[in-house]
Amino acid sequence: MTLFPNVVARGLAGRARACLGVTALAAGLAIASPAIAQGGTGTIKVVLQTQLKILDPVLTPAYSTRNHGYLIYDTLFAMDDKSVPQPQMVDTWTVSPDKLTYTFKLRAGQKFHDGTPVTSEDVIASLRRWSERDQMGARLMASTETLTATDASTFVFKLKRPYGLTIETLGKQGSPVPFIMPKRIASVPASQAITEAIGSGPYKFVAADFQPGVKSTYLKNTDYVPRKETASAFAGGKIAMADRIEVVSIPDVQTAVQALRTGEVDFVEDVQPDLMSQLEGVKGITVKSFGKHTDMFTLKMNWLQPPFNDVKVRRAALAALHQVDYLQAQFGDPKVYQLCGSVLSCASPYAIEDFAPHIKAPDLNKARALLKESGYKGEKVVILHPTDIQVLGAMASVTSQALRSIGMNVEVQSMDYSTMQARRTKKDPIDKGGWNLIHSQWSSLDLLSPVTNPNLDARGEIGYVGWSKSEEMERLRDQFALESDRAKKVALVKEIQKLNYDQVFYVPLGNFSKFKGYNAKMANMVEAPLPLFWQAKR
Amino acid sequence: MLRLVLQRLVATLPIMVVVATVVFLLLRFAPGDPAHVIAGDLATADQVEEIRKDMGLDKPITTQYVRWMSAVLTGDLGHSVISKKPVTELIAARLPPTLSLAVSAIVVTILVAVPLGVLASWRHGRWVDRFIRAGSVLGFSVPSFVIGYLLIYAFAVKLNWLPVQGYASLEERGLADYLRHLVLPTLALASVYIALISRITRASMLDVLGEDFVRTARAKGAPEKVVLFRHALRNAAVPIVTIVGVGITALISGVVVTETVFNIAGVGRMIVDAVLARDYPVVQGTILFFSFSYIFINLMVDIAYVLLDPRIRY
Repeated sequence: MTLFPNVVARGLAGRARACLGVTALAAGLAIASPAIAQGGTGTIKVVLQTQLKILDPVLTPAYSTRNHGYLIYDTLFAMDDKSVPQPQMVDTWTVSPDKLTYTFKLRAGQKFHDGTPVTSEDVIASLRRWSERDQMGARLMASTETLTATDASTFVFKLKRPYGLTIETLGKQGSPVPFIMPKRIASVPASQAITEAIGSGPYKFVAADFQPGVKSTYLKNTDYVPRKETASAFAGGKIAMADRIEVVSIPDVQTAVQALRTGEVDFVEDVQPDLMSQLEGVKGITVKSFGKHTDMFTLKMNWLQPPFNDVKVRRAALAALHQVDYLQAQFGDPKVYQLCGSVLSCASPYAIEDFAPHIKAPDLNKARALLKESGYKGEKVVILHPTDIQVLGAMASVTSQALRSIGMNVEVQSMDYSTMQARRTKKDPIDKGGWNLIHSQWSSLDLLSPVTNPNLDARGEIGYVGWSKSEEMERLRDQFALESDRAKKVALVKEIQKLNYDQVFYVPLGNFSKFKGYNAKMANMVEAPLPLFWQAKR
Repeated sequence: MLRLVLQRLVATLPIMVVVATVVFLLLRFAPGDPAHVIAGDLATADQVEEIRKDMGLDKPITTQYVRWMSAVLTGDLGHSVISKKPVTELIAARLPPTLSLAVSAIVVTILVAVPLGVLASWRHGRWVDRFIRAGSVLGFSVPSFVIGYLLIYAFAVKLNWLPVQGYASLEERGLADYLRHLVLPTLALASVYIALISRITRASMLDVLGEDFVRTARAKGAPEKVVLFRHALRNAAVPIVTIVGVGITALISGVVVTETVFNIAGVGRMIVDAVLARDYPVVQGTILFFSFSYIFINLMVDIAYVLLDPRIRY
């Protein structure tokens, strides 16, 4: 889509020159202040997809808060560009031969932004608060006998049993991230929001400049001592890109793209595919993917209510779906999306694509036969559709069409996302406000392993919405968490994948890439699946 | 006059109580709540409930209402449940951009629309009249966001004279930068109001220009400029002032589309964000503020009637 064809533009420009009153005023003002670009030396202005409103990176998993966290906090471990955890705040670490005791020593000289040194007590308080809100953290704590500080810079995990994901957990990149904050702040209960944003990361948050939903400002932390290794995704030396970062909100993507073109901003996180042509050939502007599989669509079924409480109906629905239909309807451009049959994101090192029927053409005859076998009698199927989440715009229509084609009675109920968030927690029957199907968009970072992927949660009514229940799935996930051998982990993922496509815990609907646009100031920015504002090279 | 002002101010109180109560109840009966928004999709029911409890949303609605109304009566609109900032501080931060845009749009509108309307009525039926009427139909028909995009493309992207987006604070960035950032959104917004007010002015003037006192003024040899602006326009002013008043209230309550296209962080965008996030105190506080603004502007319009037409009494 191009909103401004050249013909219109030329005609408009011609008429505009004729509008002497307006142009004279505009020209006069332009002369009065010639510099259009706002970002001076040492300052970068960035536009992120969503704007910071909540400061607490533990209380909320909001991506805006996670991105804010990466600027001001640091983590004990961090994933490099090969998804291998590397020490970050940790200097050295050892594990006992029985794999039950992990001893970590912090790097010397680390300070919080309030000037206090980073200590083991701060680390322990931060991890405890975080693990109350994060499933991966909760699993680690459940396997932990004791977590103690032996001195100001050393802390020890004593485990009840060997736990294969200890280091991965401490280096988890998806939200909520195990950021380290001062003990006095981390002591606030996890259900209460912290209002002070003090970390030990490469940037300091400027609280006085903060306008929720509008602008947040960060200053380079001159006390920060980066690691000596070259930056690699989340890991390595974090050399601040600028003296000052202003994260500004531009809710209209078209306006954001024009602002990047004219140099008013330096970076736009989400350049939508239909706007890319407007930046093609613009001098000094680069449009680049965050990676091949930055995000993923999913379909979750409600296992508590008919008809999807019957596995035959779930299998029938799966047989009727075709992943490419969703991706074509939403994007249309194969350069933007990738078919992916894995139950994890295809960015995961454990991703395999076996058993996935819906990446091939749908088998409608099989779907109809399964539906008939299930005894389905035309019960209403309710799809909750959030109209204010643009990227999910086509999902409900494609699903409803596929299910109608096999004879299901589908109703799409449109609502805003906040309403849907409340509605989806209802376990009630359809006629009492319940639901059958929901679609979601996930950052790949949240779906890298069976432990972090909530769609595979099989704890029933105490678990993730959809409330799928399977002891076998939970056993496999637990085993994955305990296992440290990579080959065995891949084998476990294969079993999980087979079980998913047999019982239909959820349906992965494909991966897609997000594109960033930036100017020369940001050329040295480290490559990562999300915007990290430190340099790739020293 | 003083009696009118006092009467209106006294009448304000029950209106605001009714507005506050209705808004409070509508929000509580709307599906969704801020605890879900904050907790995110992965939170368990217990975690959401803990957050609700921390916000005081677990209390009965009557308790929440009494607590909120008691605070409002002392001038405290509460704190945002999302950002934890005081609502008054949030409104104060968002008000300057909205007021700047509203005032500049209204000033441009009056300066352009009233003379156009007078001109169209004076040259009734001729090509100038037809041209102005066609222009006003165009102003009505083209959505302000389309005009906004076209202005951005022409003046910001192609000519590079003006910024694409944003609001520059007068105190921080100076007058020139402040005005440069206002030009395009003002033009986009004013296009609709110019169309509206020029038509109202034309219609109102046509009525008045047919009156006996206008014929008398012309017969006495009064210059046409005096006939039009001193005799006719003053008598045609009441409906124009009414529409200007309506326009100001609409502009203050937020012109969300224009604010979005030009990235102006005004009150309109704030309330939309607050509704989507179910940020109850911000929505309630902002709507109370809007109600007060409406009442105040209507009062100003009523006073203007008296000044323009001494026959009007209250």
